[in-house]
Amino acid sequence: MTTATIDSTVDATVNTRAYTLTDSATMLRRNLKHILRYPSMTVLLIGMPIVFLLLFVYVFGGALGAGLGGLSGGRAAYIAYVVPGILLLTVGATAQGTAISVAMDMTEGIIARFRTMAIARASVLTGHVLGAVIQTILCVTVVTGVSLLIGFRPTAGPLDWLAVLGVVVMIGFALTWLSVALGLVSKSVEAASNLPMFMILLPFLGSGFVPTSSMPTVLRWFAEYQPFTPITETLRGLLLGTPIGNSAIISIGWCAAISLLSYLWARKLYDQPRHVTA
Amino acid sequence: MTGNTAISATGLRKSFGDKVVLDDIDLNVAAGTIFSLLGPNGAGKTTVVRILSTLIPADGGQLRVAGHDLAAQPDAVRAAIGVTGQFSAVDNLLTGTENLRLMADLNHVGRTEGRRRVAALLDQFDLVDAAKQPASTYSGGMRRRLDLAMTLVGRPRLIFLDEPTTGLDPRSRHTMWQIIRDLASADGVTVFLTTQYLDEADELADQVAVLDQGRIVVQGTPTELKQRIPGGHISLRFPDPDAMASAARILDPLSRDDTTLTLQVSSDGKVRSLRSLLGQLDSASIEVDDLSIHTPDLDDVFFAFTGHPSERKDTTS
Repeated sequence: MTTATIDSTVDATVNTRAYTLTDSATMLRRNLKHILRYPSMTVLLIGMPIVFLLLFVYVFGGALGAGLGGLSGGRAAYIAYVVPGILLLTVGATAQGTAISVAMDMTEGIIARFRTMAIARASVLTGHVLGAVIQTILCVTVVTGVSLLIGFRPTAGPLDWLAVLGVVVMIGFALTWLSVALGLVSKSVEAASNLPMFMILLPFLGSGFVPTSSMPTVLRWFAEYQPFTPITETLRGLLLGTPIGNSAIISIGWCAAISLLSYLWARKLYDQPRHVTA
Repeated sequence: MTGNTAISATGLRKSFGDKVVLDDIDLNVAAGTIFSLLGPNGAGKTTVVRILSTLIPADGGQLRVAGHDLAAQPDAVRAAIGVTGQFSAVDNLLTGTENLRLMADLNHVGRTEGRRRVAALLDQFDLVDAAKQPASTYSGGMRRRLDLAMTLVGRPRLIFLDEPTTGLDPRSRHTMWQIIRDLASADGVTVFLTTQYLDEADELADQVAVLDQGRIVVQGTPTELKQRIPGGHISLRFPDPDAMASAARILDPLSRDDTTLTLQVSSDGKVRSLRSLLGQLDSASIEVDDLSIHTPDLDDVFFAFTGHPSERKDTTS
């Protein structure tokens, strides 16, 4: 450390790709610490779907349950119907939280520091995504617990539960990458909190809260073809034993496509130099 | 490219839209020296740092940093440099220790070595007491020290410091100066420093380049720059108007002030000319109350080469 020359041979073959796993793990630790230090965000993300759950079960549940056309009908039937939709709402809300935290992160000088370091470039984003998926699992677990407490009685066996976890991770992964891209494209933190609003709206415009057959034609057409409907149907089938049909395959296709396109979009946005006025 | 050049830039150009920010800039920074890019706000200093530290691409020019072509091998450049920007680059939700460990992990130095470096830097930068506090609770000076310590975890051979003391109180400023001096002298690190404070460049830099409106207006050692401009003079204060009047007759003063009884006489500030001046006064039996020598400082340099004054911060040293 005493010579004043800069050696150009030592690090001529810097290969940051070799560090993809290590750097992503480091960034994941950073994001998990953020989640722990900022617990009010997680509380907010869990609170919103629980409020919706209670609202839909206890306020609308009696009437909506009667409209389901089942034999028993009523509130108990509606709990069973609405929980898969609420779980998707939870995934969407957590993804919205990710968009906000990515947008907030990008305003920090530390991101500029990361960009000047020889680290795997995408690891900043991967850290956000992995942290958010863990946060999603946590939120979905709590919301599932609350729905069990208020009378949700699924018929799922251990393997079905494992598959439910798989679906949650799959959709969580896809929506989080999309949120990362939305967080990057947002000019402000406020925009980042508004842009992903559609993720919270879409479960309502599908089979999450009422059967699509009860909707007017145009809306029904949209509801049946949008990605949240097959995912809702897959979750519902796994939890309650209703027929899944080709919903599972369509869900996997949607999630894979959203993940891939969002990842590429997010990478492109992150690689663009951000102009900060001097 | 020799191994002794840390940065070489030839014909560096950058525009944002229609606005030309850097207009054909040449820079050469020798390894192991402190180089200061001096200029007012908006001169383009930060843009130079952002380009040389791989944050944004240049529009044109031959650029080599730490022995690597900037455009072709950005990751090799990144592995050799450390950057402490104008805006705090610490993670506010993490503690001081966690921030430094994060850097150790990202520099892939290994767990044991990482912990050793973190402990040493906390100690060196006087952050041991605050190590377990979140960075959001730090004062401006502590934050700047943590910021620089994070840059040093990876033991870079070349450090960019973008306005490292802007907004710091005088004591923190002097602490930062000492740290920067030690880096260059003890560790042989090359420092590329931007500043809008002339006294800072004068204090620290081996070489100074003055940047104004995207162009380098003058370059050299602080001493060379001072020699290249006029402005050296001697102030003489007299006990009474008669003494001043007689002195004015024999000395051809630059200016006279009748209320303070002061004459300013052109001088290069050297002992020989001083002696001859005193000799002249002596042989005419003129009493002098007070004498002061004014050598030009970088403020004069700035004014002479850009035609407008710098935004000078009052020096406290």
